Amino acid sequence: MSVQTWTFIIVGITFALYIGIAIWARAGSTKEFYIAGGGVHPIANGMATAADWMSAASFISMAGLISFMGYDGSVYLMGWTGGYVLLALLLAPYLRKFGKFTVPDFIGDRYYSNFARTVAVACAIIVSFTYVAGQMRGVGVVFSRFLEVDINVGVGIGMAIVFFYAVLGGMKGITYTQVAQYCVLIFAFMVPAIFISIAMTGNVIPQFGFGGTATDGTYLLDKLDGLHTDLGFAEYTSGTKSMIDVFAITFALMVGTAGLPHVIVRFFTVPSVRDARKSAGWALIFIAILYTTAPAIAVFARVNMINTVSGKDYSEMPSWVTNWEKTGLLKWEDKNGDNRVQYYNDKNESFSNSVAAAKGWKGNELTIDRDIIVLANPEIANLPAWVIALVAAGGLAAALSTAAGLLLVISTAISHDLIKKQIKPDISEKGELLWARIGAVFAVLVAGYFGINPPGFVAATVALAFGLAAASFFPAIILGIFDKRMNKEGAIAGMVVGILLMLFYMMKYKLQMFGGGSSEDWWFGISPEGFGTVAMVVNLVISFAVSRMTPPPPEYVQEMVENIRVPRGAGAAIEH
Amino acid sequence: MANKDLKQYWKTNLRYLAILLSIWFLVSYCFGIFFVDTLNNIRIGGFKLGFWFAQQGSIYVFVILIFVYVHLMNKLDEEYDVDEK
Repeated sequence: MSVQTWTFIIVGITFALYIGIAIWARAGSTKEFYIAGGGVHPIANGMATAADWMSAASFISMAGLISFMGYDGSVYLMGWTGGYVLLALLLAPYLRKFGKFTVPDFIGDRYYSNFARTVAVACAIIVSFTYVAGQMRGVGVVFSRFLEVDINVGVGIGMAIVFFYAVLGGMKGITYTQVAQYCVLIFAFMVPAIFISIAMTGNVIPQFGFGGTATDGTYLLDKLDGLHTDLGFAEYTSGTKSMIDVFAITFALMVGTAGLPHVIVRFFTVPSVRDARKSAGWALIFIAILYTTAPAIAVFARVNMINTVSGKDYSEMPSWVTNWEKTGLLKWEDKNGDNRVQYYNDKNESFSNSVAAAKGWKGNELTIDRDIIVLANPEIANLPAWVIALVAAGGLAAALSTAAGLLLVISTAISHDLIKKQIKPDISEKGELLWARIGAVFAVLVAGYFGINPPGFVAATVALAFGLAAASFFPAIILGIFDKRMNKEGAIAGMVVGILLMLFYMMKYKLQMFGGGSSEDWWFGISPEGFGTVAMVVNLVISFAVSRMTPPPPEYVQEMVENIRVPRGAGAAIEH
Repeated sequence: MANKDLKQYWKTNLRYLAILLSIWFLVSYCFGIFFVDTLNNIRIGGFKLGFWFAQQGSIYVFVILIFVYVHLMNKLDEEYDVDEK
């Protein structure tokens, strides 16, 4: 059977499964819609959190990114896992004890202020939208490559599926579909990785395989370092970013992860504080399976790729090269007219002027979009057609599960945090549920629009969503739990200054507004991706200073803080 | 529960956090970033140690840290009788 037939079959089966689960898990109350009734088993919640968290970016792009960045790619590996330690130790148990529905709920109640709540709603919506557009785009890319439909039709199909189970099932539907999606995506990620590891190193476990020896007896990583130096790149295991920037980016990603509303809200769905702690641990185990495999795939793909193309005659290129050329994600241009593929680092001047010039190379001829590494990997390694189809289904599972989680945050922000808490407090349960569904419809449509017409800034800002979360939510929540003296004046000032500073830096250096600037002008040598760390520190300092100059929070708020610090009496999330 | 006990409970909790987060910082930032070049002189099989910590080791330690925390806190909750019944 052809790859396309296999893809139709496997994607069809998984979609039928998601829809089946959605019908089985319809939500009847707001509590079920927002937090799945608060009765999700910690292991199931761990899986759902992992699927929620691992987006199209983790599944499709990350291994490719690492493959091109080498050691520098560690920022994503550590940054996107280390945040779970912060979540488990500093946030999840206390927010579960607090026992409401959303992050703006916590900010609004803890800082006894509707203004603080509104600021939190705005931050949640900004962060979630920048993130969700990228997911819809990922769905479109997978559809267009594997099912050969138009990218827009692909986005449309994705919207219809998410629409179905998010609007119908709310958090309950989403949670159980995410459990299924996790199984699909991890299976799809591991199967090719294990195949390739066996083929290249003889080791079944990819995590060990990439530290092993290749068929010629040299260590794979040494071989790759050698290939890199021969082509004018920095050694794979060393990288090129400055230490301060690597530190700042890693830290911003960690703190940002812990501050993302769609991740935090998952810990409201478990029955107890004890389960919230445990659930974070399970989530990280499920995530770590993919995250420790990704760097192995990166190395395998890099070695394979260089060996397949470098210096070879174009007529010898395998079929995956021409397949991906059609999508425009891989380009070859014969600059020196010798009909061979020269792939090297033409930005390295001394290399270009010596080695490359002596060989008659006239610039790098092959450009490869990093997003295709994971998707093309099974083809590069000559794996059977069903494995390729499986990877397509995995990519879709990753994108859909994250999109659904984000859409829920947006719909909850509208129905619960805006309508119920601010505009119309006497709204009935049924009315609120209706608004939640309307909010979900609205969010799906906007996300679909951005998926079809991606504005130029989306790609640039998805990574920055973490910076925004780090600069706004994280300090406000941490201080709300660990500093009893923190008051609304301090928290609001910190959040507003933090997110504005982050937005300013992002616009200045990413979008070239406010005079723009190049990497030489970065403050302290920190890139916009890492600037969330600075903005977070500024937020902390301002919150602290302002709170000490203004009156302490009222007695009942201080009691509330005392109360969330101990697990007893958590019970089910409070209905309201 | 008496206020004094509560203070003691919270203090112990903060001490656990300080210890666990120090380890968290050590394996990721110290081993994986600040001293990566030094550690890279040590090799385990095909891995340079610093590189291994940055792309593998730190993640394994993160998982262990969370489960140690879960265990410690469950014990502490029982000791101070603040666990959920």
